[in-house]
Amino acid sequence: MNNLFRNVSRISRRDFLRNTGYAGGGLIIAANFAACSSDKALPGGNFAPNVYVNVKENGDVEIVCHRSEMGQGVRTSIMQVIADEMEADWDRVTLLQATGDVKYGDQNTDGSTSIRKHFDMLRNAGAVTRQMLVNAAADAWGVPAAECRGLNHAVHHEASGKSLGYGELAGHAATLRVPEDVVLKSPEDYRYIGKPMDLVDGMAFTVGTAAYGIDTVLPGMLHASIERCPVIGGKLVSVDDSAARAIAGVVDVIQLSDGVLPPVFNPLGGVAVLATNTWAAQRGRAALKIEWDLGANASYDSPAYRKTLEASARAEGSKILARGDLAAAFAGAAKTLDAVYYAPMLSQAPMEPPAATAIINADGSCEVWACTQDPQTAQGVVAGALGIEPAQVTINVTLLGGGFGRKSKPDFVAEAALLAQKSGKPVKVTWTREDDIRHGYFHSESCQYLRGAIDADGNTTAWLQRTAFPSIFATFGPADGPAAMELGLGCVDNPYAIENMQIESCKATAHFRIGWLRSVCNVFHAFAANSFAAELAHLAGRDPKDYLLELIGGDRHVIPADSGGEYDNYGQDIGEHPIDTARLKAVLEKAASMANWGRTLPRGSGLGIAVHRSFLAYVATAAEVSVSDAGALKVEEMWTVIDAGTVVNPDRVTAQMEGAGIFGMSLTLHGEITGTSGAIVQGNFDSYPVVRMNEAPTAIHVHVMPSGARPGGVGEPGVPPVAPAICNAIFAATGKRVRELPLRNVSLA
Amino acid sequence: MAIELTLNGTVQSLEAEPDMPLLWAIRDLAGMTGTKFGCGKALCGACTVHVDGQPVRSCSFPVSAVAGKSVTTIEGISTDGSHPVQVAWRELNVAQCGYCQSGQIMSAVALLEKTPNPADEDIDLAMSGNICRCGTYTRIRAAIHKAAGSAS
Repeated sequence: MNNLFRNVSRISRRDFLRNTGYAGGGLIIAANFAACSSDKALPGGNFAPNVYVNVKENGDVEIVCHRSEMGQGVRTSIMQVIADEMEADWDRVTLLQATGDVKYGDQNTDGSTSIRKHFDMLRNAGAVTRQMLVNAAADAWGVPAAECRGLNHAVHHEASGKSLGYGELAGHAATLRVPEDVVLKSPEDYRYIGKPMDLVDGMAFTVGTAAYGIDTVLPGMLHASIERCPVIGGKLVSVDDSAARAIAGVVDVIQLSDGVLPPVFNPLGGVAVLATNTWAAQRGRAALKIEWDLGANASYDSPAYRKTLEASARAEGSKILARGDLAAAFAGAAKTLDAVYYAPMLSQAPMEPPAATAIINADGSCEVWACTQDPQTAQGVVAGALGIEPAQVTINVTLLGGGFGRKSKPDFVAEAALLAQKSGKPVKVTWTREDDIRHGYFHSESCQYLRGAIDADGNTTAWLQRTAFPSIFATFGPADGPAAMELGLGCVDNPYAIENMQIESCKATAHFRIGWLRSVCNVFHAFAANSFAAELAHLAGRDPKDYLLELIGGDRHVIPADSGGEYDNYGQDIGEHPIDTARLKAVLEKAASMANWGRTLPRGSGLGIAVHRSFLAYVATAAEVSVSDAGALKVEEMWTVIDAGTVVNPDRVTAQMEGAGIFGMSLTLHGEITGTSGAIVQGNFDSYPVVRMNEAPTAIHVHVMPSGARPGGVGEPGVPPVAPAICNAIFAATGKRVRELPLRNVSLA
Repeated sequence: MAIELTLNGTVQSLEAEPDMPLLWAIRDLAGMTGTKFGCGKALCGACTVHVDGQPVRSCSFPVSAVAGKSVTTIEGISTDGSHPVQVAWRELNVAQCGYCQSGQIMSAVALLEKTPNPADEDIDLAMSGNICRCGTYTRIRAAIHKAAGSAS
């Protein structure tokens, strides 16, 4: 890889090693060579060829992370990609976090898009920087740029042995034209991409200096806590705030306008108590006496709604994919099976509840610090709420203490801005855990009706799937059932090679703010498809893993459009990112092999497996469970295999799979949000439990498939296979088929 | 009322309502934000600090109860991140979002002070009060074992 380095080293090996980053840093190297040459003098100055990179005169490099960090490791990954392509010394790079600004392009950190949609752009940003520094050196030395090479924070000229540090070249590079085309590095030359680099925030995370949305402190700041209507769409009738105002530390009580429907990303309205500290604000809020008009959504009750949803899923819906002759296949079947799968609403419940701090400046502009996944949308929503232009709003993006989709919605950011405007003081809004769980944007409740047919040989000949769930789009406008985009999340993209297949979409009305949660509709679609596949295997008397491989069928690219299915492939080209059954089967077989599939397990123990493609990545999970005679479940161990194509940081991919295993376990075992008279019943981690250390498997084994394919998503695709893998394992252990989540509502005894 | 306590080795006097949770006194009055709010009901452990060496959930512990006592937060277990638990956390890249990790580290430090070589059951017992929504439990467990090894 590095002949140039060897040649240069031969000239002055000891000096070179002493003076470059290879052996301890410093930029004296440039002086060594420049002093004995007649090269053109270089101007000083910084060099920022694009909005992502700034090479300073002293050689320090700033790289900008324009995506939000919520635990997926994106700050580390983005620095890896840019630093690698520009050949920067890792230790000389400082990472800066971008504010919300269109100049950075797409900053909406959701859909597992940071790498899969930005990898090329980030590489290009680094490569342009490197090429321009090379061009600057070539110009200074009067040699062709093709003879020069950017390597580890310096440009080298092999023939003459000359070398200049990036800092020396910065001022001159800044005067050069930005090239339109640059040559990207070959993967075998990657320095950081594909390597398990340590977290750039590792120190901050362990000493308490990592700054989240909740941690902003401004001089003279007030702390706000907001009482909101328990039912979406309700209105404030009256408020008595006299007791609240009497509490020590309470400074003001401010009414926010009632929320409107559709809710979009707007604040919910309510009554805010502003105080000199958070505790006083919370106490003051508890002392408010409020009367609400709950509105039409107070008609919602979970048990009744579930029946409505199931009736919708059992009735004929609108066809979204169809092939073959379903009626004939069922008529000629040796055996048929039907089943209804149910999964409840969920709350993202990030450990840091929504929190934001805002100040209104003397010129009417607004500056905000917030844990937002989507700073540009936050900018627009804040501007709209305040009645100012987006350009007058600065959104500083803090670290996010978890996001999982909740912090894509900037309603809480606008609350802080509105209260800063109304109070005339800087204001921090901190949601309580109860606020977070009761007033969220919920993962949709779903029912799916499945009907399958097998022939005399046990082959599946027909598959009917009807899916019913209130749509995310109801949050933004009229919507009486699933949208095409949602049906593309693990339903219309069904990979099974079944000759007669029909998928239908069934109506459902939203009574809450519906939002997206890590992997979105893939959660319940993968649960139903992988569970029903195992049910058919059992009906056919076959091994569920072998049967699943057969259902997936031969190596091919699945094209939903061939069966009339509308499918947007996560916004990316299906030619570049096909639904590749070979990759799907490969992760399944690898996970089975890692789990030692087929081994004999003790009584009450079982292995289950599931595989799902989402966000352009393929993930299979095998789970081993034990179920006691009393019905107590323990997930003993999990094996997860991901093929996400090219990966930037395999350790972060592994971490995401480990985390997805736990997140998936939480929704499988415990997660359930319900409503009574339109109000959410759960409120904290006692009524909305999540998996804890004592429930965690002893090990979550992860294998990242080596691949040079285009990068897929990583943050979300680990979640969908977990629930069906566990439920299939329960069936193997007990013979009980679980068709509803969470398991805490199901007796396994 | 004025409440005098030792916070990370420094004697401080905080002007607070006696029933104010220690968490908010630390964050809003003393201005140290490493200790996190997660639930307000001692359910998640994000707010874990040490009072006279014992781990407590500061969100549900009145500040008046620490009068005359010594409180240690994440900022106080070392001056430079060199505590073996902090080092192990970094070596294994335990954190994902990092938000719960102050509390996790404080619980782990307290565990290791009492039980220098904990078994998995000891870790379950000491750490199950600390929720990590990112799901870093397997690495937390490994980091505790690693820190135990390096300390012994």
